[in-house]
Parts: sequence; structure tokens; C-alpha cells
Amino acid sequence: MLARLLTVYLKPYTSLLVAVVVFQLVGTIASLYLPTLNADIIDNGVAKGDTTYILQVGALMLGVSLVQVVCSVAAVWFGARSAMGFGRDVRAGIFTQVGRFSAKEMGRFGAPTLITRTTNDVQQVQMLVLLTCTMMVAAPITAVGGVFMALKQDVGLAWIIVVSVTVLVAAISLIISRMVPQFQRMQKRLDAVNRVLREQISGIRVVRAFVREDEERARFGIANDDLTDTAMRVGRLMAFMFPTVLLVLNVSSVAVMWFGGHRVDQGDMQVGSLTAFLSYLMQILMSIMMATFMLVLVPRASVSADRITEVLGTEPSVLPPVGPVTTTTSRATVELRGATFAYPGAEDPVLRDVSLRCGPGMTTAILGGTGSGKTTLINLVPRLFDATEGEVLVDGVDVRELDPATLHSIIGLVPQKAFLFSGTIRSNILYGKEDATDEEIWDALRIAQAEDFVRDLDLGLDAPVSQGGTNFSGGQRQRLAMARAIVRRPEIYLFDDSFSALDMGTDSRLRAALKPITRDATVIVVAQRVSSVVDADQIIVLDDGAVVGAGTHEQLLESCATYQEIVASQELVEAA
Amino acid sequence: MSATQQAPRRPAGGGGFGPRGGMMGSTMPAEKSLNFWPSAKRVLGLLRPERALMILILVMSVVGVTLNVIGPKILGNATNIIFEGVVGRQLPAGVTQQQAVEALRAQGQTELADMLASMQNVVPGQGIDFDALGRTLMFALLVYVIASVVMWGMAWILNGVVQRTAMRLRREVEDKLHRLPLSYFDTVPRGELLSRVTNDVDNVQQTMQQTFSQLLTSVLSLIGVLGMMIWISPLLALVALISVPLSMVVTAVIAKRSQPLFIQQWTETGKLNGHIEEAFTGHTLVTVYGHQATSEAQFEERNEQLFKAASGAQFLSGLIMPLIMFIGNLNYVFIAVIGGLKVASGQMSLGDVQAFIQYSRQFTQPLTTVASMSNLLQSGVASAERVFELLDADEQIPDPAEPAQPRHTGGRVQFEDVSFSYSPDKRLIEDLSLVAEPGHSVAIVGPTGAGKTTLVNLVMRFYEIGAGRITLDGVDISTMTRDDLRGQVGMVLQDTWLFEGTIRDNIAYGKPGATEEEILAAARATYVDRFVRALPDGYDTVVDEEGGNLSAGERQLITIARAFLSEPSLLILDEATSSVDTRTEVLVQKATTTLRSDRTSFVIAHRLSTIRDADLILVMEDGRIVEQGTHDELLEAGGAYSRLYQAQFVGAFDDDLADPAAAPAAAPLAP
Repeated sequence: MLARLLTVYLKPYTSLLVAVVVFQLVGTIASLYLPTLNADIIDNGVAKGDTTYILQVGALMLGVSLVQVVCSVAAVWFGARSAMGFGRDVRAGIFTQVGRFSAKEMGRFGAPTLITRTTNDVQQVQMLVLLTCTMMVAAPITAVGGVFMALKQDVGLAWIIVVSVTVLVAAISLIISRMVPQFQRMQKRLDAVNRVLREQISGIRVVRAFVREDEERARFGIANDDLTDTAMRVGRLMAFMFPTVLLVLNVSSVAVMWFGGHRVDQGDMQVGSLTAFLSYLMQILMSIMMATFMLVLVPRASVSADRITEVLGTEPSVLPPVGPVTTTTSRATVELRGATFAYPGAEDPVLRDVSLRCGPGMTTAILGGTGSGKTTLINLVPRLFDATEGEVLVDGVDVRELDPATLHSIIGLVPQKAFLFSGTIRSNILYGKEDATDEEIWDALRIAQAEDFVRDLDLGLDAPVSQGGTNFSGGQRQRLAMARAIVRRPEIYLFDDSFSALDMGTDSRLRAALKPITRDATVIVVAQRVSSVVDADQIIVLDDGAVVGAGTHEQLLESCATYQEIVASQELVEAA
Repeated sequence: MSATQQAPRRPAGGGGFGPRGGMMGSTMPAEKSLNFWPSAKRVLGLLRPERALMILILVMSVVGVTLNVIGPKILGNATNIIFEGVVGRQLPAGVTQQQAVEALRAQGQTELADMLASMQNVVPGQGIDFDALGRTLMFALLVYVIASVVMWGMAWILNGVVQRTAMRLRREVEDKLHRLPLSYFDTVPRGELLSRVTNDVDNVQQTMQQTFSQLLTSVLSLIGVLGMMIWISPLLALVALISVPLSMVVTAVIAKRSQPLFIQQWTETGKLNGHIEEAFTGHTLVTVYGHQATSEAQFEERNEQLFKAASGAQFLSGLIMPLIMFIGNLNYVFIAVIGGLKVASGQMSLGDVQAFIQYSRQFTQPLTTVASMSNLLQSGVASAERVFELLDADEQIPDPAEPAQPRHTGGRVQFEDVSFSYSPDKRLIEDLSLVAEPGHSVAIVGPTGAGKTTLVNLVMRFYEIGAGRITLDGVDISTMTRDDLRGQVGMVLQDTWLFEGTIRDNIAYGKPGATEEEILAAARATYVDRFVRALPDGYDTVVDEEGGNLSAGERQLITIARAFLSEPSLLILDEATSSVDTRTEVLVQKATTTLRSDRTSFVIAHRLSTIRDADLILVMEDGRIVEQGTHDELLEAGGAYSRLYQAQFVGAFDDDLADPAAAPAAAPLAP
């Protein structure tokens, strides 16, 4: 998956990447050339006492260094651009893909993981690309080039390279392979510590009310000890790393000196070559060490790549029509004909064979327990889901043939969880109607019973709304969410259990204020309580995804057993 | 986008792949600390309990670094022996070194003659002295092995010190949480607080772990290497030293230029992540309100901004390494040339030049390490500052030294002229007095923000009252210990808090050491038993904060069972209202009724129907009790309560309700 993601998304950057490789190649060759030149100084300059030669070669070395730095800088430039460009493109890819998702796919993934995938996971892979471009590419080139140059100096000592590289790789791999599982365990234990802390903070009242501080301390103590224990193990392994690498490097140099000394004595090798060989060996070992460390990033990046590819590879289940219908014949009607909805692979459908009809000026209430399919039903109208069987018609046209823009422009939805965007109150209301005047905004706020508290704010409409609207109470958020729908003056209002966060006084005032503006609109209300639906023109009773009753309150009281049951249960609640 | 933080944190020493990687992107920019030195000193103060070990670590570092530093010098000697052997072999056997030098001079090769003259152990006609070479190399080997062992031991001990210190810090932070007044939790946003106790503490630990050893060895190496260089050749040392200010200037210049880009990168990242979060969380709205295109355009723009800032920042910071390497190479070239000239003129031995080259390499590396540590240190100390801020926050008033004993005489609660406010400029509760007789139930009604929850929080002494006093069975609650007070009170909160654990553990939370029978009895009394039996794992079902497999109502029932188990003499109920399945709600109602019987109880009621039989109903508005009395009395009075009551019950199924026609017109239920 990692490979595929990289191939697809790095393709636009092929020329940049080629440039990176070329520059790294030239730069590495330049830096590998330096010890050879140094050997030259020793063997042909120093040993012969030729100062002019020393200066000449010195100038050459300067030139080579210059080439090297220019190449490195160029490689960093192209590397940074391709890695960051890659990250940007993948993020955009995911974002666009998620934008096409229907509520079904959103439900399958959930917003939090999609956010992580777009941010952190992309970050992981992008990191790998960046480090590969700036460091990893150079490592194998240095290693191969270093071996080549070292062998050019002397073939007889090649075995030292083989042995020291093997030992180094073995030592590092051993330490890392023991460290990786410990790291995973440590992450889990860190999560555990953080979980306890999170629970303590969110449950602080309960902890204090039940006088459980000591137990909490003990619970935390265990998690803390566990974490420390694992962190200790990881740290000990880590403590091995640096001295081990250093030891391998140093012992190899001693070996080169000893065995090289013999070869020099036998006249197989020059002293300068010995020094150069030593330099090359160090460069080879360092580059291999770097490469090993980098390789640790690969598994993590590849997990991230899998998570990204999963999103990119998920086809949205709701697709816009090919030849969309942009005009509708009737106004403010919603009709369901045998609509059934099931999640793929699920045994039971969430909704089965639901038929209903709502016309202008009509209020339809949908009643049922949790999990009875109320929200799913309401979501079929704006095509957040597509019915798996049957059809949904809005203004007489199958929603699957309607232009999404047309469809959405006639719907005002207030979701169960009032969600506000960061910005200002104004920007949130404008979300419902981009060109609304201040007058229209205040009007909407008035109807939604939000006028008073907005007027009380120092900045009024320009009062800031933090992300998720956390600086407003649940009831206030709900009312602002209503105002956002109201300002649209849509043909169809969809209220998904939107009144639950309001206290009873506000609730009734809001309903009264809504009445005049919904005279020609269709209103569909999802509700839990019978008391909030009695006045509806028709009540649809859902049980386990199926319509078990439809009609007015009086009709249902007589005919529908489930309705009677619900009514009875709520009377019990009232009387309890 | 912490690649920037990561890259410099990955020095050759290799502690780079810490668990920090897992939270990349979630940690925010390396903020500057406010008072770097005082805070850094305080971080060091955390190590006080480990003082002895710290001294040992210091000693070991000195030893390890010294040994590592003299290594190249010994290897240089070995090179000399080899070189002298090579030169010696070329000389005719039998002559002395002196004669050979003179012979060379006679031939006009003065430079070679000078070089030969400076050599110490040249035996003309003899090859390399392998005895001497062997001894030298064995010595080098020994030095290196000991150095590695010492360094390893040091790292081992240091690891213990850091981990224990981090553990103590975490414990201290957790302990502090229990001593903070509740008002602290109200004022500091939860996310912020969480981030302090988790991310910041973690960052402090990571910083300690990564900086201590590397900073120490780097600084020591710098000193040692510099000493060796001066010893070998003051002139070359001077050349090498020029690279220090040069490297620093390069780093400083780049850092200065990249800083704004990094800040921009962080802000752009934050903005982009914020946008992604909103677009995904509000996906439904974005779709239904037709904002997909706008949202995408905004995303594109921010994404592009981030790309620009990030590639700029990455490029600039990426320059540091090649440039420092370049300076190192320049160094190398100059030393090679000057050294070569000096060897040729006999002022220096080849081995010394070779050793010097190695030293100059060792010199630049710790330099870059120290430079890159500065970023890390900044962010670590900034985190430490936030943790210290938490640790220094005002604590709640300690319990009295000689606390009054609770009387346990039925739970009579009295408020006497109580005043309270969350902030001095906004009064909330003023001169409030009320009495709850033992066994009575007191219902509190009123609009949101009227102070209902505050009132019961005062009974729990979650907040300190400003004036007046509250008594429980005649004892002023501020004279009791909080534990004694709260031990008598059971509380069911509106937000159902369950911790990650089994249902059994969550119920048992109400009473430590509760027996299985007690737990089951509580569960049965509060209707928990019914639905738990339907679960495959029964009481061993694991629930978490989010609740997972339980409905809101079921979670509420568990918290009721918990309160039931604690057998309080006083009960506080904050009723749940939101989308609870009606059939479950019946059970919740029944359970609370069970719980309330024979106990003094305060009920914050959202549904008036549930409190008609309360012994006392308090109607609150703006922190005041505007009405009190029984249901019938209040209805008769025709005040605030009767207005609330009628608003709620118009159209509801309530046979008892007075003539619906008499209800105010302003209450149609569905539009």
C-alpha cells in the first residue's frame, strides 16, 4: 500500500525526484572524493615534500567541497518541495474523497479517524518522503560509493568492511528489533496513564462526591508504575545503542591500522591509502547506521499509508446523477415509496419498506425508540443516504435524479447534535443563506428564540464562536442551529430531535414562532416524546425500522398498539 | 507537521525514534518559554532526589568522554609508527637517523630531511615495528572498550534517573488534581488541562531524556576535543576554531530566517487541521447546506498556504546540515593542506595530522547537536512551565485541623443567608436561606442558568460560599472534613460518568469493598440487573467513557445504582433530560424514586411532572428563590411555577391537568 500510494502521488514530482537523486549522487561522489585527495596529499605531497603539489591538491579539494555543498543544497530544495507537495496532494485527495462520502461512509469511518488520517497519517508518510530525499538517498550511494572507493585504495582489507558492516547491522537490528515491541507496549501504557487522567478530570465531581481520591491515586499509581517500567526497559535498550555503534566504529579502525600496517610493510599499500581507507570505512558505517535508523520509520509510515489508501479506495455510495434534473414540478412535497435501507453486509435493514407522503403546510412527526430508524429516515430526504430499495421523491422527483444543489437548496436540516462552525454568530447563520441581510439574520434568531442572548453579547452578531461552538450552552447551540435553518426559508424543514436540549418554556415559544413561517412548508420532526408530537398532522410510528402506525394522535391512540405502549410508558414517566 | 521538530532531534546518536512520533501533529509548536532560566533551573530541581546519581553520571561522562577523546591520538601514534617504518625501510641499513638526515640535506632535499629529523623512532633499514604497533593498538582497543562500557553505564543510570523523575512528576501532577478546587476545572478548558497533564508532562520527560545525556557528552566532548587540538597544534586548533563562530553564525542566520516560516507553518497547520476537523465533523451540514465547493476551495487555499510555508521552512532548516558539513569540509581541507605543509617541513608528524582531522570531525558534530538541542530545550521548558503553572495553582482550603464530626441524624440541611458567586463581578446566589427537613424531598426548578446546579454543588462543598453558612444536621459543613461530608451524600449527575472498567466495578465505585450481594442488590433495586443480564458478558461487560454498547438511559441507571450502593443519608439528583429512550426513562424514573424514599433529597427537576409529590419545591430565577411551597400551593399562587407548569403540560397526556383551554395560547406543540 505504501508503495502504491507513493507511486501514485509522487508521479507529478518525478522530475524533482530525479533531480534529488542526481544531486545527491554528485554530492556524495564529491564528498567521497575528498579522502582520496587527502591520500594524494600524503602520498605524493607530504611523503615527497612537494609543497606546491600540496597546495594544488588543496585547491582541488576546496573546489570539490564547493560542488558538494551546492549539490546538497539543491537536493534539499527539491526534496523539500516534493515531500511537502506530496503531503499537500494526499491531503487534498483525502479531503475531496471524504467530501464525496455519504453519511453511510462517514458512519463507517467516523469523523475522528478521518481527521487523524488526513493530518497525522499524511504527516507520517510525508516525513518518510522528506527524510528519504534529504538523507536516505545519500545513504546507499555513500555506502556503495564508499565501498568502491575503499576497494580502489586497497582490496586486501575488503574483509574488514564486510565484517564491520555485518557486525554493525546485526547489533543495531538486534537492539531495534527488541525495542519496537517495547515501544508499542509503551505507547499503550502511556495511553492508559492518559486515560486515567482524562477520566479523573472529566469525572472530577463524581470522584469527589464519592470520596474516591485515594482509590484514584492508587489506580493512577498502577498505570504510572507500568509506564515507568516499560519506559525503563526502552531506555536501557536505547542506552546500548550509542556505545555499541561507537565500539564497532572504533574497533574497526584499530583493525584497519593493524592489518593495514602489515600490508603497508609488505609494500602492498601506501600509508595515504591506509588513511583514506579508514575514512571510507567510517563513511560507510555511518551511512549504514543512518539507513537503519530511517528504516524504523518505514513500518509506521506503511501503517499510515494503509489507513490513507483505505479512505481513498472507498467509493461513495451516493453519487450525483449524470443528467441531473434542476427544476421541480410541485412544491414542498416529500414522498417515500417502499424505502428500505440496509448497511452492506448487515443482516437486518435499518429501515424497511417505509412509505409516507408529506405536503406543504403539513407537519409530520416521526416517533420511535432509540435505534428505530428515525434519523436514517430523515437522512434519506437530503440524500445523506440512498435507499437500498424503493424510492424517495422530493417535489415529485426522485432524489437520485435531482441536482444535489437544487435538492439541498430547498431543505433546511437541524441535526440532532447542534454543530456550529468556528467564526462568528453571523458567519454561522450566513451558512444557511450566504446573502442574508442583518435583518433576515435577526429575524431568524428571533424565531429560533436566540435573539435575547445574542443581543446580550457584547459583540452581538460578531461574537466569536469557537470550534464546535463550545463557548455556548447546548440549548444556545441548538437555537443557533435552528436559526441557521430558518434563515434559508426552505420548502422542507427537517428537525432531527432538535428540541430536546431546550427547556420547556423556550420549546413552546419556538414552536409558536415557527408556525407562521412554516405555513407553506413541509415539516418533518423526529421526536422521542409523545407530548411534542400530539399536534402533528400525521404521526409515523417506527419500530425496528418499520412503520407500525401512521395517522393523527387520536387515530393512533385507537389503532396502534406500539403507540399506545409508548404513550403508556410516558404517562408512567410523567407519573413516576 | 513536526518534521521540523523531529529532524534536528535525530542526531547520529540515534535516540530519534521515541514514542513521540506517535503524537506527531498533535503537539503544538515549540512555544517559547516565558522565563527560560528560572524554569530550566526548576526542571533541574526535579532531579534533587537523584543528586548522588547525577554526580556519578557526571563523573562517568567525564571519564567516558576523555577516553573517547584520547582514542584518535593513540591511533595517530599508530599511524606514526607505520609511517616511520615506511620511511625507515627506504633508508639504507646501518646508518643512523642523523646520518640519513644529513645525506638528504646534501642531496638538496631539505624538506624531506626536516621531516625525517622530526621523527622519533626511525631505524634506517628497518620496516614497521609491529611490537610497538601492536602495543599501541592494544592500548587503543582497551581505551575504546572501557570508554564504551563507561558510556553505556552512564546512559543506563541516566535512564533510571530520568524515568523516576518523570514518574514523580506525573504523580505530583495527578496528586495536584485532587487538591485543586472545582472552580479551577471550570475556568481552565478541559482540553487545555488534559493537554497539560498528558502532552506537556510527556514532553518534559522526552526533553529530559534526549537532552541530558547528549548535552552533557556534547559539551564535554567539545572541551576535550578542543584541549587535544590545542595540545597537538595550536595553529591548526586556531584554524579549526574559526569554524565554530562560522557554524554558529550560519545556524543563527538560518534559524532567524526560518523561525517566522516555522511559526507560519504551525499556524497554517492549525488552521488547516481546524478546517478539516470542522468539515468532517459537520459533514452532514456541509453536504445538506451545499457548502461542499466552498469548503473545498477554503481547504485548497489553506493547503496551498501550508505547502508554501512548510516547503520554505523545511528547505531553510534543511540547509543547516549541508552548510555545517561544508564548513566541516573546509576545515578538513585547510587542516589537510596546512598539516601537509607542516609534516613536509618536519614541524608535525603525519599521525598528528590524521588525529587532528578526526578531532576536527568530532568537533563539528557536538556543535550541531548543541545547536539543534536549543529548539528542543525551548519547547521542553515551555511545557515544564505549563506543568509548573498547574502545580502552583491555588489549592482548595485545607480541611480543618480538628474537624467537627458529622452527626448522622437524618440529614437536615439548612442554608443560612448564603451568598455565592463564581466571579467577584457577577453575583449569583445572594442571601439564600432554606431548610430541608430529614427525609423530605426538595425539588428545584427554574430556567437554565438560574443557579440550580450551583445550589446543590454548595451542599457538596464543591465551592466555598462567600457568606452565610450551610449546616448538615446542625453542623456547619465547612467545619467537617470534605470526605466526612461527602461520605454522607449520594449524587447522581446529569452527565453520566463511567470509567473504563466493568459494569460491576462501576457500580462498586459507590462503596469501596462492597460485596457481590450488595452490588447485585443495588443493581436490582435500580433496574440495572434487567439489561445487564441481556448482555453477553453480564456484569463483566467493559464500558468506557463514551459508553460504547450502552444507551444513555442505561448509563444513567448504572450511576443511580452506584449512588444507591453508597447508602447516603442525603441524596442529590440532577435529572437527565436529553434523548433517553422513553421506555428506559420509565426505569430511570422508577429507580430514582426507589433511591429517594426515606432520604433527604435534592432533585433538580427538568420535568415538572416528576416532582408533584415533592415536600418542597423551590423555583429559582437568577440565583434567587422566587417561590417555594408544595405543588398545590404554588399552582394556587399562580406565579412562576404555575406558568412553567402550564407551558409544559399543554397538550400532554395528563388527566389531572386543569382545563387545557385555560392554558395560555402561547404553547402549541408542533407547528
